[in-house]
Amino acid sequence: MTDTLSVERLSVHYDTREGVLRALREVSLAVPAGQIVGVVGESGCGKSTLINALLQLLPENARIADGAIRLNGEDLVGASSRRLRDLRGREISVVFQDPMTSLNPVLSIGRQMRDIQYRDPVSRAEKNRRSAAMLARVGIPDPVAKLDVYAHELSGGMRQRVAIAMAALMKPKVLIADEPTTALDATLEVQIIELLQDLQREIGCSILFISHHLGVIAELCHRVVVMYAGEAVEEGPVEEVFLRPAHPYTARLIECDPGRLKQKVAQLPSIAGSLPDLTNPPTGCIFRARCDHATAACAQKPPRVELDNGHWAACHHAREVQI
Amino acid sequence: MSAPILSLRNLRVDFPAVHGWRALLTPRDKRHVRAIDDVSIDIMPGETLAIVGESGSGKTTLARAVNGLVPLVAGEVWFDGMALHDRPDWHSVRQRVAMMFQDPVGSLSPRKTVRDLVLEPFAIHGSKPARPEDKAVALLAAAGLGSDFLNRYPHQLSGGQARRVGVARALALTPALVLADEPTAGLDVSVQGEILNLLNRIKADHGLTTLIITHNLNILRHIADRIAVMYLGRIVEIGPVERLLSAPTHPYTRALMAANPEPDPTARRERLVLKGETPALTARPAGCEFHPRCPVARPDCATRVPVLAPSPNGGAVSCHYPLTEDIDQS
Amino acid sequence: MTAFRHTLTGRLLADPLAVVAMLIIAGMVMVALLADVISPHDYSAMNLVDRFSPPSATYWLGTDNLGRDTFSRLAQGSRIALYVALTAVTISGAIGLVLGMIAGFGPRWLDNSLLFIFDTARAYPTIILALALAALLPRGLSTVVIVVVITSFSEYGRVVRTQTLSLKNAEFILAERAMGASFGRIVFHHILPNVLGPFFILAAMNLPVVITIEAGMSFLGIGVPPGTPSWGATLKDGFDYIRTTPWIILAGGLPLILVTLGFTFLGEALRDQLDPKLRKGR
Repeated sequence: MTDTLSVERLSVHYDTREGVLRALREVSLAVPAGQIVGVVGESGCGKSTLINALLQLLPENARIADGAIRLNGEDLVGASSRRLRDLRGREISVVFQDPMTSLNPVLSIGRQMRDIQYRDPVSRAEKNRRSAAMLARVGIPDPVAKLDVYAHELSGGMRQRVAIAMAALMKPKVLIADEPTTALDATLEVQIIELLQDLQREIGCSILFISHHLGVIAELCHRVVVMYAGEAVEEGPVEEVFLRPAHPYTARLIECDPGRLKQKVAQLPSIAGSLPDLTNPPTGCIFRARCDHATAACAQKPPRVELDNGHWAACHHAREVQI
Repeated sequence: MSAPILSLRNLRVDFPAVHGWRALLTPRDKRHVRAIDDVSIDIMPGETLAIVGESGSGKTTLARAVNGLVPLVAGEVWFDGMALHDRPDWHSVRQRVAMMFQDPVGSLSPRKTVRDLVLEPFAIHGSKPARPEDKAVALLAAAGLGSDFLNRYPHQLSGGQARRVGVARALALTPALVLADEPTAGLDVSVQGEILNLLNRIKADHGLTTLIITHNLNILRHIADRIAVMYLGRIVEIGPVERLLSAPTHPYTRALMAANPEPDPTARRERLVLKGETPALTARPAGCEFHPRCPVARPDCATRVPVLAPSPNGGAVSCHYPLTEDIDQS
Repeated sequence: MTAFRHTLTGRLLADPLAVVAMLIIAGMVMVALLADVISPHDYSAMNLVDRFSPPSATYWLGTDNLGRDTFSRLAQGSRIALYVALTAVTISGAIGLVLGMIAGFGPRWLDNSLLFIFDTARAYPTIILALALAALLPRGLSTVVIVVVITSFSEYGRVVRTQTLSLKNAEFILAERAMGASFGRIVFHHILPNVLGPFFILAAMNLPVVITIEAGMSFLGIGVPPGTPSWGATLKDGFDYIRTTPWIILAGGLPLILVTLGFTFLGEALRDQLDPKLRKGR
């Protein structure tokens, strides 16, 4: 199995007034062909920086300090902006969290979908036909008429379906979904999850699905990467990671989700302490200060401990952790 | 049985659908949309009622209507013997009814320090404590924050810390009723637990009555005694928390509970996936308003309007054909 | 508020642009305060023997066609410039602040009426208005102030209105209402402090504009009465002799440029520091 997208020891720094903020530090992850990989983490874990880096759309004060991002083997770090424009939308596309802001409010849906196909030497009618077919595919009723509609005339769920249709239109190799269900109601969330699963099977693309919602990741993804404070701390098949977490942070995070508690408990679990200061990250294990398992060994950088089935965790005590 | 501390009777709230001079050109019945329709709820002292529903269900509007932040069109609100629907002295009512808003940071005045923020209720109600500094420290301590936070500004707080400041402030005047709008919104999973534990502890310590508005179904059994489910501004089902979670009788309640993905990859659920989306308030369906999306609707659901009636699970449901089996058995 | 001001001053002192701005402005204020002390000559004393003197040890910036010391006139002129700028900005700012808040809080019809007034006042060309008023009113500084107030209060009004509108529906204002806060408390404790940031930035940026308007009107001869040592008047005097004695107009323009830069820098530094989004830097 080959990896459609792979991130190798990626480090991203931001220059701030307080100093250099090390937002991502040696993050490695792989998205195998035809799989849905989830990235889960809480605020400040570096999810947004990761997406921006993958698209090579980092803000001005950020720079990629080290590492590589390979799409079908081609390194995107240092690729020309012309080449990147070629790849975006065609090989790699994105669905953002808020479809209201990711769709252009002054252009019709049809116009925006034609624009995505600007490289194809086919007629306007053919482009419209393809657009309508894709809209129908994502479950939008009356797709031909919807081509003339503007984003504000659609409901939230429909807007997100349109955004997904646009991202899938060029049949990309990798689709990045950045919390695409967070702004939606629960009953719409499951509709979108099912849609993404179906689309993935049909197009055969890989999906990198970013979310803070453990339940959605568990339901949708084949593999999952857990991030904490700018580092990938654990990666593996969803069943392995959720049922046998090897990094203490993953274990605590799963424990904290009240959705798994079927009985009322007196004291809900939580993780005490706060994120380390990333302008001056501690040496050794990044989770050390908040970890129950921490020992003197954790002052050293934790090794990447390989477990079964391509499951690994960056922890000195990876084999001792239990839920 | 004691008397309810908060009692809503046939509450109705309208929002203007058109503004300005256009209203004059619009037929009278189209000038407004009904955001809350015929809602009646009783809350007993010390009880916690959670109102759940999706966006547009009117749950936030309901909490704001109780506190007089949106005007009522019809109905009655009784709070501890006071008629809140009949032009009460809101200034003194709000001394006893505290409210927490969704956005933990955004609900704090950005140019005030944490000290000013927690002492704000005293300043508003002209009851300056003898030793303000000590009071501020004590309130923060009760919410689990140290005195080193006194001089911080809201933008220097994390979501969880800001939420704690909001809790400290809500408790400052020892209210009888707390209206909490999405207390876990904007918080990470690892912080949610802390905040809910804090709320639970405070409720127990002060015998607080609480109305919690939430769309987070996972937290319900840990914070609420009863749940009311809202759809298009009406209560479609209400009942004791455990029974409603395990044996919902309204198809919407069941779909809502099932639509909640669990962090267990082995759990394969047979779920009711609803068709379509919540209709706009301007386009309420006839008959049972849920029937176009209902997976078990029958022909007469499109014409007959259901009313809230006792349900098999010990609560009340607004459905012609309530479901009977438990979730686990289905 | 004390803590806020303290930290703002601290932050401004750490910004080189702000330090330059504050030095220029402090220098101008010092010159204005000490004009009589530091002037080597009487600003109105004519010395026909020394007319058109080039800069020298006696006349630091030379003399004009009547032999008056240019430096002394400019020093005296800084008083006029500061007086006009501060008076006009204070009055127009106060009117704009009040009207802007009324527009932001008031009912829709009132908001629309005030917007109409703001737009009308803005649309009126300053020079035309100045010429018209100069014909009606006596020549003097108060006419200059009136012209500036009429043309610039709407700018403050608009900024304040926009801020008020977005703030009045903010969640923290709703939270204040839910706690039982009075209208006055909400306006003065919670809306006003948040409006003042952009307001002061605008005021700082407008100060040099006012000084320029005064100079412009005096240059056209519709500003200060003849003989008054306003910067504009000095420029006008210099303009007539630009070919033979260019130092008059050069010296007359210098303080105008410096002050414009000083207040603009201050405005920009204030904007950097008062806008929390710019401050966080990430």
